[in-house]
Amino acid sequence: MTDVISTTGLRKSFGHTVALDGLDLGVREGEVHGFLGPNGAGKSTTIRILLGLLRADGGTATVLGRDPWRDATDLHRRLAYVPGDVVLWPSLSGGEVIDLLGRLRGGIDEGRRRRLVDRFELDETKKGKAYSKGNRQKVALVAALASDVPLLVLDEPTAGLDPLMEEVFQSELTALKDDGRTVLLSSHILSEVERACDRVSIVRAGRIVDSGSLADLRHLTRTRVHAVLVTPLTDAEVATWPGLHDVAVDGTELRCSVDADQLGRLVATLGSRGVSGLTCQPPTLEELFLARYQTPTDAGGSPQAPQSPHAPQEQPA
Amino acid sequence: MTAATAPTGQAPTISLGTQLAGYSHLLRLAWRRDRILVPSSVLGLVVLAVGSAQATLALYPTDEAASTGLAGVLSNPSVIALYGPVAAHTADALAVFKTLMMGAFLTAVLGFVVVRRHTRTEEDEGRLELLGAGVVGRWSALAAAVTLGTIAVVAASVLAGAGLASLGMDATGSIAFAVAWMAAGLAMVGVSAVVVQLASTTRGAAGLGFGVLGAMYALRAIADSADPGTFTHGLGWLTPLGWAGRVEAYGANRTWLLLLGVLTLVGGTAVAVALLDRRDLGAGLIPARGGPARAGRMLTGPFPLVTKLARGTIIGWAVGVALGGVVVGSLLGSVADMVDDPAIKDLLEKLGGSTGTVEDVYLATEIHFVAVAVAAAGIALVLRLVGAERSGLGEVVLATPTSRLRWFGAHVALPVLLTTALMVLLGAVVGLVGPSVAPNAPSLGASVGATLAALPAIWVMTGVAAALAGAAPRFAPFAWGVLLVAFMVTEVGPLTKLPSWVMDLSPFTHLSSLPGGSFEVVPAAVLTLIALALVLGGFLAYRRRDVA
Repeated sequence: MTDVISTTGLRKSFGHTVALDGLDLGVREGEVHGFLGPNGAGKSTTIRILLGLLRADGGTATVLGRDPWRDATDLHRRLAYVPGDVVLWPSLSGGEVIDLLGRLRGGIDEGRRRRLVDRFELDETKKGKAYSKGNRQKVALVAALASDVPLLVLDEPTAGLDPLMEEVFQSELTALKDDGRTVLLSSHILSEVERACDRVSIVRAGRIVDSGSLADLRHLTRTRVHAVLVTPLTDAEVATWPGLHDVAVDGTELRCSVDADQLGRLVATLGSRGVSGLTCQPPTLEELFLARYQTPTDAGGSPQAPQSPHAPQEQPA
Repeated sequence: MTAATAPTGQAPTISLGTQLAGYSHLLRLAWRRDRILVPSSVLGLVVLAVGSAQATLALYPTDEAASTGLAGVLSNPSVIALYGPVAAHTADALAVFKTLMMGAFLTAVLGFVVVRRHTRTEEDEGRLELLGAGVVGRWSALAAAVTLGTIAVVAASVLAGAGLASLGMDATGSIAFAVAWMAAGLAMVGVSAVVVQLASTTRGAAGLGFGVLGAMYALRAIADSADPGTFTHGLGWLTPLGWAGRVEAYGANRTWLLLLGVLTLVGGTAVAVALLDRRDLGAGLIPARGGPARAGRMLTGPFPLVTKLARGTIIGWAVGVALGGVVVGSLLGSVADMVDDPAIKDLLEKLGGSTGTVEDVYLATEIHFVAVAVAAAGIALVLRLVGAERSGLGEVVLATPTSRLRWFGAHVALPVLLTTALMVLLGAVVGLVGPSVAPNAPSLGASVGATLAALPAIWVMTGVAAALAGAAPRFAPFAWGVLLVAFMVTEVGPLTKLPSWVMDLSPFTHLSSLPGGSFEVVPAAVLTLIALALVLGGFLAYRRRDVA
């Protein structure tokens, strides 16, 4: 399997601030790769190194088989980029910017350009200064999506888009995937990544703390279970079952989270007791993300329960 | 009274306290942001007035010397058009003859810049929205901006007047001088308050504001060139810059004209408040214009892009240099009289370094002055590289297959071409206008040759800016400092007898004395090589550093 993007041990400091601290990222050909992390985790710094705008202090980076610092210009013929905070020339109209960026990239697909402008409902005649944040984002997205390149690097591309436009973006992303193109999608909007991405890498404090398919990552965390049984349960009885957390028993009802490796056993036990209703909820990326984000030294160790004020229903057991 | 129950179409009266809530905080914020800009501008204006007066008084200590020495210049209508009327043929009046109008204009610019910074710019950047959502009255930002603008104008005027008085110049005249600047400055603060309500963008406000200033200046120039008592001359009363001249500091001393400035300030602010109450945040009465849906065929790369973005600047400079050329060229007709005075001829020779006819000497001096201004145009264009980097636009371009060489190169090529074109334009205009008013004026070829000969020094300045922008973008504005020092050294050095090694630091010192002298190849070649080395060094550093 070819890696379109691969970095090993990437390091970058700005003065005393360490932005990247040994970052290893691998993006495979033809996948939509989610690049997740809180603000200031090093997402944009990584992307700028991958674009050859910044020079890494240490480690290696390869993009489409080239060194992004040395071969930046050639590399850019084969990728399109949407920055996180899109700025436009105040005196140029949106249409002019799309054409300019297309021409700088060596051409633009006219049909696709027209279709995208329509789909995103973009008014091309406004000047840069007159656009809202979302509309500036649309200009950059149309310019990037209309270009015929194998790799797209999108830095929080939907920040500022309304839900309808986000939907359009999602469907365009699917079209890109069907086209066999590779996308690196940085985001902190988890639902967006969850819907679109084949694999994700979670970055925190300049390192990748987790990487893999969503299924892989879910494996590391707990599933929420809500079961209604035929006969009442007791707390004492449930306490003997392994791998359960946040247990709440109310007559015939059981609510708990269960470690991934104990899920099968729990279901079997419940089955033997007679179940009248059962819902199993896989962890949302949100929980996954919070789990990663909130455990400071726990990369690779035993997974911890999300203990976030955002999930108040989960009291420590 | 509650706003919710007020009938539509009839706005409820809101108390002044509410409208001006947060005023003192905004004023302090404005001062905090301008604590370098305002004091340094004020200081610059004071130094301009006092320094120039001191130098002139040293040259013409008595009224008699002054009036005979400058008789030729003062009878020339184009000089009057440029600098305004002469108040009296006394040493004091002549000591401020040049700086009164120039300073009144610059004081007005200062007032405009301060008002715009804290109103339309803040609104345009979205920062006023952030503040406006707090406990901040609708009028507060405008009031704070007008207050700070007024403070800046009054400080510059009063300190300049006090400085002149401290030189031993007539006290009443010095007060009148301060009044002249203040009348123009305060009036412009009032006009600016309206301008920033009309335009809906920072750039639009700049265009409108400087347009109004230009019109004020042009109207005054036309009026002042006409004979007193004529209708044309009367038009001068319509422009604040006309008032500044008609104060006639160190002559008639019409200090009551300050009233006109104050009235304009109050009236302008009142109109601005009325407009402010009738518009939405972020909107203006002149809506932002749209643009084409598709890019023109020419917009294909970094150089066309940089050129297109600079179009307004390029046109502005071309118009300015052409007008300057007309003035310089038409003055060639009167220099012969002016230079009857050996002191003036001596001064001009020192400044211009030329040794030909008086016309040659005069032209060489003026070319060096204009060359410094043209160098500033070049620096400003190079520094757009840094501006683009800071705003994030550089990233947008460099993430396309545009190499750093092409992006950097575009920001150097345009200034080099523009400065060359501007100097050719200057030479051509002077060469066409001059011979029509003075038989001894240099020919078209000689004028263009002389203006072209100044290019190597201009390019060194372009190179300094390119080196800084490439290697140390944070320090890029220091290019302005380098230009200022070079200008001071070249223009003031010969009068103050600076040591020659200090003089040699300025590239403008090494220019051939043209027209009249002979073109010296070696210094020109060395300057050009230095410029090339600076650009190359800047690029090598730019290629190696982070761009973000």
